[in-house]
Amino acid sequence: MLTQALFRALDRKAIWVIGIFLAVAILVPMANLLIPPGQFGHVPTYLVSLLGKYLSYAILALALDLVWGYCGILSLGHGAFFALGGYAMGMYLMRQIGTRGVYGNPVLPDFMVFLNWKELPWYWQGFDNFWFAMAMVVLVPGILAFVFGFFAFRSRVTGVYLSIITQAMTFALLLAFFRNDMGFGGNNGLTDFKDILGTPVQAQAIRATLFAATAIALALSVLVCSMIVNSKLGKVMVAVRDAESRTRFLGYRVEYVKLFAFTVSAIMAGIAGALYVPQVGIINPGEFEPGNSIEVVIWAAVGGRGTLIGPIIGAIVVNLGKSWFTTVFPEFWLFALGALFVLVTLFLPKGIVGLWKQIFGRARAAHPDTTPKASADIERGEDPATFGDAQPRPAE
Amino acid sequence: MTFFSAKRALLTAAMAGTIVASAVPVMAQDDTIKVGILHSLSGTMAISETTLKDTMLFLIEQQNAKGGVLGKQLEPVVVDIASDWPLAAELARQLIEVDDVDVVFGCWTSVCRKSVLPVFEELNSLLFYPVQYEGEESQRNVFYTGASPNQQAIPAVDYLMSEDGGSVERWVLAGTDYVYPQTTNKILEQYLLDKGVAQEDIMINYTPFGHSDWQTIVSDIKAFGSEGKKTAVVSTINGDANVPFYRELGNQGIKAEDIPVVAFSVGEEELSGFDTTPLVGHLAAWNYFMSVDTPENEEFISAWQDYIGSTDRVTNDPMEAHYIGFNLWVKAVEAAQSTEADAVIDAIVGLETPNLTGGMATMLPNHHITKPVLIGEIQDDGQFFVVSETEELVPGDAWSDYLPESAMLEADWTAPINCGNYNTETKTCGAAAQ
Amino acid sequence: MLTHLRNLLVAVLLFLAPAAQAQQIDIAASVAAMAEASLKELATIVTDLAATGDPAVVPALTALGDGDLYADETTGRVLIQRGSTVTDPVTGEHVELGADADLSKIRVNNSLRRDIAAALAGMTLMSDNPATRLSAANGFLANPDPANIPLLDEAIAAETNADVLRAMQNARALTVLRDSESSIEDRQAAVPLVAGSGRNAITILSSSRTDAPEELVASINAAIAGLEQERAVWGALQNVWFGVSLGSVLLLAAIGLAITFGVMGVINMAHGEMVMLGAYTTFIVQLTIRNNFPGLLDYSLLIALPAAFLVTGTIGVGIERGIIRWLYGRPLETLLATWGISLILQQTVRSIFGPTNQMVIAPTWMAGSTEFFGLSITYGRFWIVIFALIVFFMLLLVLNRTPLGLQMRAVTQNRRMASSMGIRTPFVDAMTFGLGSGIAGLAGVALTQIDNISPNLGQNYIIDSFMVVVFGGVGNLWGTLVGALTLGVANKFLEPYAGAVLGKILILVLIILFIQRRPRGLFALKGRAVEQ
Repeated sequence: MLTQALFRALDRKAIWVIGIFLAVAILVPMANLLIPPGQFGHVPTYLVSLLGKYLSYAILALALDLVWGYCGILSLGHGAFFALGGYAMGMYLMRQIGTRGVYGNPVLPDFMVFLNWKELPWYWQGFDNFWFAMAMVVLVPGILAFVFGFFAFRSRVTGVYLSIITQAMTFALLLAFFRNDMGFGGNNGLTDFKDILGTPVQAQAIRATLFAATAIALALSVLVCSMIVNSKLGKVMVAVRDAESRTRFLGYRVEYVKLFAFTVSAIMAGIAGALYVPQVGIINPGEFEPGNSIEVVIWAAVGGRGTLIGPIIGAIVVNLGKSWFTTVFPEFWLFALGALFVLVTLFLPKGIVGLWKQIFGRARAAHPDTTPKASADIERGEDPATFGDAQPRPAE
Repeated sequence: MTFFSAKRALLTAAMAGTIVASAVPVMAQDDTIKVGILHSLSGTMAISETTLKDTMLFLIEQQNAKGGVLGKQLEPVVVDIASDWPLAAELARQLIEVDDVDVVFGCWTSVCRKSVLPVFEELNSLLFYPVQYEGEESQRNVFYTGASPNQQAIPAVDYLMSEDGGSVERWVLAGTDYVYPQTTNKILEQYLLDKGVAQEDIMINYTPFGHSDWQTIVSDIKAFGSEGKKTAVVSTINGDANVPFYRELGNQGIKAEDIPVVAFSVGEEELSGFDTTPLVGHLAAWNYFMSVDTPENEEFISAWQDYIGSTDRVTNDPMEAHYIGFNLWVKAVEAAQSTEADAVIDAIVGLETPNLTGGMATMLPNHHITKPVLIGEIQDDGQFFVVSETEELVPGDAWSDYLPESAMLEADWTAPINCGNYNTETKTCGAAAQ
Repeated sequence: MLTHLRNLLVAVLLFLAPAAQAQQIDIAASVAAMAEASLKELATIVTDLAATGDPAVVPALTALGDGDLYADETTGRVLIQRGSTVTDPVTGEHVELGADADLSKIRVNNSLRRDIAAALAGMTLMSDNPATRLSAANGFLANPDPANIPLLDEAIAAETNADVLRAMQNARALTVLRDSESSIEDRQAAVPLVAGSGRNAITILSSSRTDAPEELVASINAAIAGLEQERAVWGALQNVWFGVSLGSVLLLAAIGLAITFGVMGVINMAHGEMVMLGAYTTFIVQLTIRNNFPGLLDYSLLIALPAAFLVTGTIGVGIERGIIRWLYGRPLETLLATWGISLILQQTVRSIFGPTNQMVIAPTWMAGSTEFFGLSITYGRFWIVIFALIVFFMLLLVLNRTPLGLQMRAVTQNRRMASSMGIRTPFVDAMTFGLGSGIAGLAGVALTQIDNISPNLGQNYIIDSFMVVVFGGVGNLWGTLVGALTLGVANKFLEPYAGAVLGKILILVLIILFIQRRPRGLFALKGRAVEQ
């Protein structure tokens, strides 16, 4: 059955996307490690980390798209799952510092020492073990999403109400992690990492490896998402997105479909966060900012939601733009960013991918048989997340 | 600058387009020295940091008018960290690796410093950090030109305990919940207990960032202060939350004569945002006030106001810190005849430059500087009236003597110790530093 | 009568201060010496002047304490400057300033201000002005000294104003209570008076308990027990008031959103920026008034109200016509577009006004506080509560009692039907969005009184506003009102137990749980329209 799902998932587009990222996972580290600096084709180490950061954002955007673009759940709290995964990784990295902290305490991180903590709190236990930490990267966001989703979907909290309570969730976590009494380093967060798996995090080889891991994780995420959306469950998800009540009346347990998508998506976001932290070298409560979660939504929208490649393109393009503008026009980059969002929503409602299809769709109109089936479904559908009572809707 | 953007554009093309394109074309030796400016120009911290960016541009322009450094002109490279701390680390790396800056002036918050610190360590570059901070740190590549707790908090408490300050016996330590207030209050609490203040005479209160509803807390403070003993508030409340806090104090009728508030994060810049008439007499402890009457200060203020084109603009303590840090760096570069980080680090310790309050700022082996401590009372024109000043310059202490874990630590970046956390008991250095 | 008393007072003071009698000093010379005096020397001069007990020193000391005393750097003269009038501190005569006059303020610090207040209390207890007498009495209350009892007795006998009389009696009672020389009976009799003296009675009593004889301790304890019961009640009421006032701020911030988001369904992320623009409009209005019509300064907030409404309303209409109208039927896309707008507006304001805080002065009628039985109510908060309620009911009136309101409701309930009935739906859309934005601008005017005026102002309120609207129920104004007040009061009741941070977290968790119970908020719209 799994092979069948795998087979179905690997339509031509998915193969291309996965192939590209697997190639990137090999080529970039090679260009970094094997080609000496100064020579044509060398990728500087800092660029490797930067690209790694973009790719982890791309995983996050893809995770959001799975729930929003395919299942119609607009989560304004995906940054929280990302940050939780990041914190789990950060806690592992903190424990690896060992006696190299400024106070030389073998167990307690520095911030606990100078706030006079005497022993490690219970929730920090076990994080010195890499595999335990990796399990937590998956479990903490997964369980939170499961519990949160279980109650929310069972109570049929939908549309904007769901968006707002996910925002409340990430805002509450933001405030909680800001508290120094929580034992997560407060506003400063976790930083000054030394080792990962016994190798210095700043080593060129580790940076290249982390990048490769991120690219592979992205390829796997695309594969998993592709498997889900091409399965029967995926069709039900789209049905839930387009007409939730009707799907329910047809006998599907809508809440379980949503719960599944939400939990899988949260786990992906957690993994993205875990890959992000060692590459940027810090995790702090700022990642829980509701604004960050909104930005993720915007990446997906810019790239084109309801597609697998769209959010990836969106995350990379928007962040490239951000990196570029903050250095070239430090005073004006917010204008550019703001204008981008306005223009994309006004003129590219289906994002960059939609634009692509518009341009090439015309060219293909002569060969209608080559139009991919999945995208036709989406284009026919209503807006993925219509809500409220003010909108004219087709008769139900 | 145009040349610069071209190079950046090239780099971006490299980043955006292909992995193949090489981003390394380090141009032939430039005839300028590049100075990185790493401040938030947008987001929550822009309110404080934008002025510091302008200050740096102003100082660089002045230095260039004097002929630059080592016969070369200085070239500022400004980036916006947008109050986003992972971005700060990324941009710090970019400044050093791509833009080839020789020194960076920047950061305001502790988290920004903590975030970029590993980058400066790894790439062996220089950071001058201009803001008062919680201490408990000394890093080879960082120069702390703001105050450490012993240069701000402890003298302020001493003043309030003295007869001049009102012989205060009860203390409210109110702060925003982040690392600077937490650490400062830990140090102060220990210090007060050592001075014989009873535990029940100390009230500690933390609030979130940007807290705007102070009704309950101010009325608690009022109640705490009306129990017969003279009470004072030591405020480590962060920037944004101060305006509503002081407004509430004024509205609930807490006057400075009854319960004075001494703040460590409120300076001229923050006060320019509100009407200070109800606040007259509340205090702040800094190492510089705009109202200090010295020729150096007068010259600095008028040159700054000329540069910025407005006589309304104020100067403040972190600006002076940048002024000192910049001048020390220039002197160190000239002494070392090089902008190489190692040479500058070796040359800078022991150098001194005049500060704006009539004293000399000396770079100490622990990479902190000597400072006078001034206590000022807020006046109705938004300025401070200095009511107390330490007689001698206070050397910055990287490791507080009032925290048990750090009392025996010391930082010394000169031979033979050459380490940021030297343990005076075991005579060894922590493992982290080299 | 008063002159007689004043002479008597001087006699008393002279009697109390024999040292001063011995070295009678020249008042004019002492005042003149203030020009060049250091803080320490000033302190000596103030003590000397106070010791003379001569009412002639009162103007100079008052001015010194208020920061109105200046030294003319050119002539070395000491002068009082209040507004544009300059007088001599000793003779009280009007002084013409020379053309080259260079006035610099004689600065004082807190301890000196306290000394001055204590010195003045003795000398102004017989002033003609009741307010001055009141502050003098409060000065005695703050520094109880048995030596002042005869003085207070004199003053109480002559006092006619009830408020001042009560303050004087309180001061006397406290002084007697603390005085170990007085008889036990007198001190016992003072206990109920002190107990009735106001909010701080308990703390004053308990601090007087320390070195009191046993029988006195018993009656003090009884008084405290009675007071504490009373205080528990008032404490709870005070908390309710704090909660209501926090709730009214939330209400103001959220009510515009209740229109743009609740009624129109636009997820308006730029709502906070409308509030911010309202605050900046207030700043500009006040600046203009201060520079051109200083006399109107106290009314600048009132003048700013229509200005802010118009400015933000117009911008709102512009946004609706330019951007939002293309997005009806795609509500989640409005989130993206308005988020972009909010970034642009923030940066625009930052580019124009700079990133630092701007100043809006509180009008005199909004400064200070009053005691209402056991409650302490600050005028600023009081007016904001009133203002929030006025805005709320005005809006309700507009929506329910005007043709525009009728059309708005029609369009939001069924756009096509409304259109078929001849309603110009685009016009109504623009007006509705403009109304919501304009109300956000009004909130901005009020928020200048409690928060920073900076480009980030709106960001601090946007999440809270969404919570309030969703908690109350989208599309229902009453829900917004009840939601805002509930959240405000709940927050204030949690704060003393959990602290400000944890309290806020708990509120958010409660909202999340509440939405599980009532997925459409407190006041849910009923009927088929609700179900997607």
